[in-house]
Amino acid sequence: MSEHIDSTKTYVAVLLTLLALTGITTAVAYVDLGPFSVVVALVIAVCKMLLVALFFMHIRHSNQLTKLVVLGGLLWLGILLVLTLSDFITRGWTGVPGK
Amino acid sequence: MANHVHAETLELREQFNTAEQQKDASTLGMWIFLITEVMFFGGMFAAYTVYRRAYPEVFAVASSSLNAVLGAINTGVLLFSSFTMVMAVRAGQLGQRNMIILFLILTLFFGGVFLGVKAIEWTEKFEEHHIPGQAAFHLEGLAPDQQGHAQLFFSLYFAMTGLHALHMVVGVGLLSFLIWQAKKGTYSTTYFTPVDVGGLYWHFVDIIWIFLFPLLYLIDRHLGK
Amino acid sequence: MITAAVHEREHYLNASYGIKSWLLTKDHKRIALLYLGTITLFFFLGGAFATLIRIELLTPTGGLVTSETYNKLFTMHGVAMIFFFLIPSIPATLGNFFLPIMIGARDLAFPRINLLSWYLLVVGGLFALFAMLAGGVDTGWTFYTPYSTTYSNSYVIATALGIFIAGFSSILTGLNFIVTVHRMRAPGMTWFRMPLFVWANYATSLIQVLGTPVVAVTIVLLFCERVFHIGIFDPALGGDPVLFQHLFWFYSHPAVYIMILPAMGVISELISAFSRKPVFGYKFIAFSSLAIAVLGFLVWGHHLFVSGQSLYAGLVFSFLSYFVAVPSAIKVFNWTATLYKGSISYATPMLYAFGFIGLFTIGGLTGLFVASLGIDVHVTDTYFVVAHFHYIMVGGTIMAYLGGMHYYWPKMTGRMYPEGWAKLSALVIFLGFNLTFFPQFLLGYLGMPRRYHVYPDEFQVLHVLSTAGASVLAVGYLMPMIYFVWSLRFGQMATANPWGATGLEWKTASPPPVHNFDEAPVVTHEAYDYSTVIQEVIEVG
Repeated sequence: MSEHIDSTKTYVAVLLTLLALTGITTAVAYVDLGPFSVVVALVIAVCKMLLVALFFMHIRHSNQLTKLVVLGGLLWLGILLVLTLSDFITRGWTGVPGK
Repeated sequence: MANHVHAETLELREQFNTAEQQKDASTLGMWIFLITEVMFFGGMFAAYTVYRRAYPEVFAVASSSLNAVLGAINTGVLLFSSFTMVMAVRAGQLGQRNMIILFLILTLFFGGVFLGVKAIEWTEKFEEHHIPGQAAFHLEGLAPDQQGHAQLFFSLYFAMTGLHALHMVVGVGLLSFLIWQAKKGTYSTTYFTPVDVGGLYWHFVDIIWIFLFPLLYLIDRHLGK
Repeated sequence: MITAAVHEREHYLNASYGIKSWLLTKDHKRIALLYLGTITLFFFLGGAFATLIRIELLTPTGGLVTSETYNKLFTMHGVAMIFFFLIPSIPATLGNFFLPIMIGARDLAFPRINLLSWYLLVVGGLFALFAMLAGGVDTGWTFYTPYSTTYSNSYVIATALGIFIAGFSSILTGLNFIVTVHRMRAPGMTWFRMPLFVWANYATSLIQVLGTPVVAVTIVLLFCERVFHIGIFDPALGGDPVLFQHLFWFYSHPAVYIMILPAMGVISELISAFSRKPVFGYKFIAFSSLAIAVLGFLVWGHHLFVSGQSLYAGLVFSFLSYFVAVPSAIKVFNWTATLYKGSISYATPMLYAFGFIGLFTIGGLTGLFVASLGIDVHVTDTYFVVAHFHYIMVGGTIMAYLGGMHYYWPKMTGRMYPEGWAKLSALVIFLGFNLTFFPQFLLGYLGMPRRYHVYPDEFQVLHVLSTAGASVLAVGYLMPMIYFVWSLRFGQMATANPWGATGLEWKTASPPPVHNFDEAPVVTHEAYDYSTVIQEVIEVG
């Protein structure tokens, strides 16, 4: 980790943004967006995660290896979710013989 | 070059050649540990995704029985705790011993508040008979053949928030250790790695909650109860 | 030339005495030996269960044990062998001992965490052992729900806890290795100068840290379901037992690559040393290790072909399962090319390496049979699958493990093992192995199901052959136990480099000093550079 020291102002700005996003995601939950509700919720959550990771966890200043490790971890979570869902989503695609 | 082994200090242990090598190794080690945690929680997120897809209406009803206000407050509490944690790390970078201690204590305080609110929420669930696996389980607003699916939601709710709370408790222990060490004057501008990696752990636990909150508390709230 | 005057020179074995100096050690070499003791105990425990299984299968109607007991025998055989022997085996013993030395480091990045890893394996092992002694567990090592969560009356929780705890041993070892390889290499030790054994353990470590946590959380869910009666996998509540299988196999398939990759790393070292030639296609083998680690995570659904998984997911997993064979095949071709025009020596480690290549190839090719969705519908849950994985885990991993043990024994202990007896036991093991497991391919293809102890009369001949083979194999495994222990006291003293091999580990004394090297190494030549080695001819046998 480099010795770049972020200012208190930066951290306060990030905190306020995070709090605002929390308020938004809570409020938006009460609005009918149909299937987009979950998309919006996840997008906001990902934004919050990025803010915490980049600023509070200093990934902004981290070396390549750290970034690779983080991306790898997220990619692996993705593999778990996508391939598992590939079963459940396609279950109904083949009919039952005779029915 | 002789392989003489230097005397071991906290800042430079025997197996390392330079303090920078040790710090890099410790940080890398914590990041790798955090991705094992991503996969650990990930298994539960996978189960959640499968079942929410299968039973979306039941999950929405069950989700609305959670207290979104308390959930949002708790989310804010953890965000504040992440702020105080990174300020503690910053104090470490600047060698400000008293600030390290202050910010760590604030982080600990916020963590405690979170756990307290959690305890209140769980007690509420118990009183409302929303504990899965109990004979008395019943979620209002659902037909009898949907009660099983509702139990799935609450199983995931308790498993995921429970696992998260367990990690918070570990974090509280870790913070206590860091506060004790900081009071002893262990940390300086050249060595504050435990605060740094402790911070990484704490932020990770916050990130897990950042996802748990909308996924558990905010499913289709617009549908009303 | 460094002499191995063990009684004069200080090294890692005699630098300190007493039980505390072992149980509280931070020395990766001592920790490796602690692991060696633990996993050997579990190997013989698993072997004892295997013995009972094979005796029971001598007759078509069983008779030695009840069906319930038989269920426990194959479960505990699997649990002991997989989680407490094979998964730790090469990484925790040879990896722990040699990875730091091979890259020129004084120790791993986190020595205390290394010791903790060992304690976690021991504690996990004690839970599992308790379960086995208290009455056993009968769910199969795969713990499928809802039997394991709801209906089994055996010690599921204790066993599951044991596996959970041992899982963290594995995770921490992997974490330690990854950080060590990234941050502790000696000056001049670039990635592509590292021995392929290091690459293999690095790739294994990636699997350990990415996969094990998923089976850990699956065990947590299983625990919650069984203890608190929450119904995550319970069909009565709308839960899906197949979800358990997905989560379980997400780890357990890559787990088999945890078991084979380090073995492949050993084989790379042995083939090179005993052909006195650099490994052909170094980068191919290095990258194929990484490829196996990655691709291994994309194929787990081939364990769910007949479980109710969707046909389309089955097609995807079947297709991907063919891909994962490719890097393994690349390794076999490169090892073969290494042998070509090499100066071949038939010392015991090389006999094991040859055995590995032949048996692993058979095991790997039969993997393609079961990867094919159509064929697997016929052979799944039969002895064909049992034979397939034993060819790889026993014919592959255990052969490589024994080859590595013989190869590194002089370095670890300062003693040579008796070559004549070693060659004989390698032969006995090879013959015993094939007699045990080849008939099982035939049994499986003819329809003998796995996990059954009663069977149609027509299968008895093949079962008798298999049990006969198992008794030969057992003798073969006992022999090294005896002569290795014998060699500690009576074996010929070993020099620093009895095999004339390359690598930093052969440049330091046998046994190595506490901090691995007297002079901190600076690396100036490529891996497997035989021009730098002074051949030390030693009379063996």
